[in-house]
Amino acid sequence: MNQFRVFLGTLLSSLRDLLPIILVVAFFQIVVIRQPVPDLGGILLGTLLVILGLAFFVRGLEQALFPIGETVAYAFARKANLFWLLIFAFALGFGTTIAEPALTAVAAEAAKIAAADGHIAQQPASMARYALGLRLTVAVAVGVAIVAGVFRIIRGWPIQYFIMGGYIGVVIMTWFAPPEIIGIAYDSGGVTTSTVTVPLVTALGVGLASSIQGRNPMIDGFGLIAFASLTPMIFVMAYGMVV
Amino acid sequence: MEFLQHLLNTGISTISDVLPIAGIIFGFQLLVLRQNIPNLKSVLVGFVYVLIGLTLFLVGLEEALFPLGKLMAQQLTDPEFIRSTVHAVGDSLQWSDYKWIYLFAAAIGFATTIAEPSLIAVAIKAHQVSAGAITVWGLRTAVAIGVAVGIALGTFRIITGTPLHYYIIAGYIIVLIQTLYAPRSIIALAYDSGGVTTSTVTVPLVAALGLGLASTIPGRSPLLDGFGLIAFASLFPIMSVMGYAQLGEWRLRRMNNARNDNDSEDSE
Repeated sequence: MNQFRVFLGTLLSSLRDLLPIILVVAFFQIVVIRQPVPDLGGILLGTLLVILGLAFFVRGLEQALFPIGETVAYAFARKANLFWLLIFAFALGFGTTIAEPALTAVAAEAAKIAAADGHIAQQPASMARYALGLRLTVAVAVGVAIVAGVFRIIRGWPIQYFIMGGYIGVVIMTWFAPPEIIGIAYDSGGVTTSTVTVPLVTALGVGLASSIQGRNPMIDGFGLIAFASLTPMIFVMAYGMVV
Repeated sequence: MEFLQHLLNTGISTISDVLPIAGIIFGFQLLVLRQNIPNLKSVLVGFVYVLIGLTLFLVGLEEALFPLGKLMAQQLTDPEFIRSTVHAVGDSLQWSDYKWIYLFAAAIGFATTIAEPSLIAVAIKAHQVSAGAITVWGLRTAVAIGVAVGIALGTFRIITGTPLHYYIIAGYIIVLIQTLYAPRSIIALAYDSGGVTTSTVTVPLVAALGLGLASTIPGRSPLLDGFGLIAFASLFPIMSVMGYAQLGEWRLRRMNNARNDNDSEDSE
């Protein structure tokens, strides 16, 4: 009974999260566009699914993703084993990215563009190899980003130097990279931060910063996601130059 | 039937997204750290919630919101529609004739950001860590305002055809200056906010808007300008989140000053 009430509360707050979208769509449909909406029943059903899905996700977030991210962070901080922590950071970044469906889609699209440009042979085998290479590149980039970010948290270095350095790197690479890879490179930065990765990585960073002495979770704990959306741009442009 | 097939496919792809992550975490926890997981049953149930939640969320978006949002973007960027909203019929459209598009861009940017699950996660964490100084809704609203301004400006850029890198470089310079003056505790969170916004809900709708706009206006490349909008959406939240913290600090300082003034009056 109590469980049910908690879930009802989550459901209501999901409805509130979706309300702005519903209002915007309704306003533009009724006031500005003034044309009949196709398949109104399907849209209502879909909206219901979105609200339900968001409610389940937020419950799962607080019951699984946050606690497990923190548990691992505390355990590593207690053991003080830097080597395994960095291995874990790389595995987490690499593992969450290589299987990301959005990245698979972008990589396939990029292979098509490259084949159409005559950059690689227009055969399924070489296109699949190019797409896989791109996915591996992005996954390694995110792995490196989490390793660098975790190392920064442990040392307590200010984040802005890394970010500024990263942006300068992006600008320099944009200069030298072949034009057709640039759009894909910029896009791959946004693709990597999936809905499951973000809560886990945030919990890991904040957990580490709060269990290491002298670190402030607000100042040092965040920033892993910023790293993970920066490095893929640089790595993918490098991939475009090499392949 | 088609709907069930869609549900099943999305479910499978969500599982294949979550499984490696769960594998890595449980593997390290059991083999390297050699520790049991506290509340194992509750955590496993939570993972199932995440799977169900993401699947329903994605299917709902793809069944309802994305087709409708894309249709609306097409309708609003249709040259016929834009002409019909302009009273004095001229030969060429001015950038100011696209007012409904700017409004739609800002409104949809704001609304989709509020519903972005990754942002909800980061906001919950920031609220916990800051001991309540940052509220969940405060952060989400700040990020959503940033996205709204960014996307509206991005559509203005597509319409006027001014080069993307001017805006981005100017944006980076503002971020740099703000970084020097913003409270230290907000900086990392602000940078994270930029990466979080370009996620599940916002990207497809914004890309549809950019695509519609770029194919309506002669001389624009749909591919390039669609990407441009997303770059705006991840740059401007960095500014608005730092601005949010600066505003909070300024108000606190003013309140303290007012109190000090009162105190000194009392002592006289």
